[in-house]
Amino acid sequence: MRISKKVNKMPPSGIREFFELVIGMKDVISLGVGEPDFVTPWNICESGIFSIEKGCTSYTSNKGLYELRLQVSRFIKNKHGIGYDPENQILITTGVSEALDLVLRGILNPGEEVIISDPCYVSYYPVTFMAGGKTVFVNTKDTGFKLTPSLIKKSLSKGVKAVLLNYPANPTGVSYSKKELLELSRLFIKHDLIVISDEIYDELTYDFPHTPISSLKGMKERTVYLNGFSKAFAMTGWRVGYACGPEDIISAMTKIHQYTMLCSPIMGQVGAIEALRGSRHYVLEMKREYKRRREFIVGRLNEMGLVCPKPDGAFYVFPSIKNTGMDSIEFAKKLLMQEKVAVVPGTAFGSQGKGHVRMAYASSMTDLKEACLRMERFLKDNAKK
Amino acid sequence: MKEILEILEKDARTTPQEIARVTKKKVDAVKKAIKKFEKDGVILKYKTIINKELVQDESRAVRALIEARIAPQRGYGFDHIAERIYRFPEVVSCYLLSGTYDLLLVVEGRDIQAVSRFVSEKLSTLDNVRGTVTHFLLKKYKEDGDILKRAERDKRIAISF
Repeated sequence: MRISKKVNKMPPSGIREFFELVIGMKDVISLGVGEPDFVTPWNICESGIFSIEKGCTSYTSNKGLYELRLQVSRFIKNKHGIGYDPENQILITTGVSEALDLVLRGILNPGEEVIISDPCYVSYYPVTFMAGGKTVFVNTKDTGFKLTPSLIKKSLSKGVKAVLLNYPANPTGVSYSKKELLELSRLFIKHDLIVISDEIYDELTYDFPHTPISSLKGMKERTVYLNGFSKAFAMTGWRVGYACGPEDIISAMTKIHQYTMLCSPIMGQVGAIEALRGSRHYVLEMKREYKRRREFIVGRLNEMGLVCPKPDGAFYVFPSIKNTGMDSIEFAKKLLMQEKVAVVPGTAFGSQGKGHVRMAYASSMTDLKEACLRMERFLKDNAKK
Repeated sequence: MKEILEILEKDARTTPQEIARVTKKKVDAVKKAIKKFEKDGVILKYKTIINKELVQDESRAVRALIEARIAPQRGYGFDHIAERIYRFPEVVSCYLLSGTYDLLLVVEGRDIQAVSRFVSEKLSTLDNVRGTVTHFLLKKYKEDGDILKRAERDKRIAISF
């Protein structure tokens, strides 16, 4: 056997076949894309181009350009009042995806457990598995896809070392208020858990201010705060993210990072500096646009009979499709074949995603309107007789 | 209510119902706000942006930017003479500027001769116009915030997490 047992044991994505179907089809309106439909603001692109012209084509320090770490530190301090030392509490990574891998590999001994919500973002389980950890899935279906202190208490055992939070969440759009985070934090402190907090969608919180859990009392020293530039600045392809946290964990992560990734691409890092230094008006403009689209799609979906609570943030809705009588994959396949609209079956995000599909509203209003018309027709055509 | 303007500026065809939905306002309130904007002259009119590079309009085939130096008039400044000028239908835009000249005009005509005739016969002969410099426009790339090129197709992969 050429492939390692571990990789062989990794569960294949159950919906690969569905993906192939989408990619092979023409003229699809896709609500299945997990990235902004905006292109990176021009001042950022231009600074990236200029950096190449200047000959900035080398490695950077493993931790990332000092200037970027300094800007990140200032940005978080100004926005949330949390102080991270750019020397040893911030690591620049190739996106949050890498940062998550690093932190799990950095803290987990074989068999140690991580609490994760089910459903959750697709990489959480496989990355924990590859890091040798065990995932404790917490079914959040009855709490509106939110982790609560009582749910977590039920899952606590001696083996649990960390909790992985993601808010606003992909795929549900759910987020936590400061009060909810305070309640959670008390439990985390009491049980001495490490908190890994993926807050990549923080800028896209629509109805209340976003609170990083690391800003709460007693949390900074036990939290690894993950964020990046992909969503707020529409920079997915630039691959720049960062991890901020206690020195020992950041140092462990840097150790792995220096031997595997070396550093995030320098052009991306230069672009990220510009993103933090430049005007933020377009971040707010994009946010206003997403908010309008959210109102539109939530209103339309409920009108056509799919139960869809209003998400707090990100750019996803996660409606229930149970009353169609179809399961998630069947719904997604039929919708694709009959109306050429692509959505992601909820089961891609865990067993508790069944009966749901994820739709991204990171598409133009024109496309969203057309997609809703098609879905309405689809539901009528497939109504149970 | 400013958000209504932001939405209409992007797409003037958005209906009050659609605006009401995305802004969480009542349809009547949106209609009333739009009426007020129209009445107050905040919304002047609703137009379509046409990429004239692709449509031949023979009566307006040539465009020129004209710098005009003006002697201001007592009691009126530049306003009076500007009005004399911008009332000509050939004048598409008219701005008062700081710097080495006073008015910047955008003028359209059927051909170079037509524009030249406008400059030499109508514009330069006005009493307070002290001199003009005419630049013929070769190509338009972007106008009033709109890039004059068809939007490129979505480059994202059709499905991702």
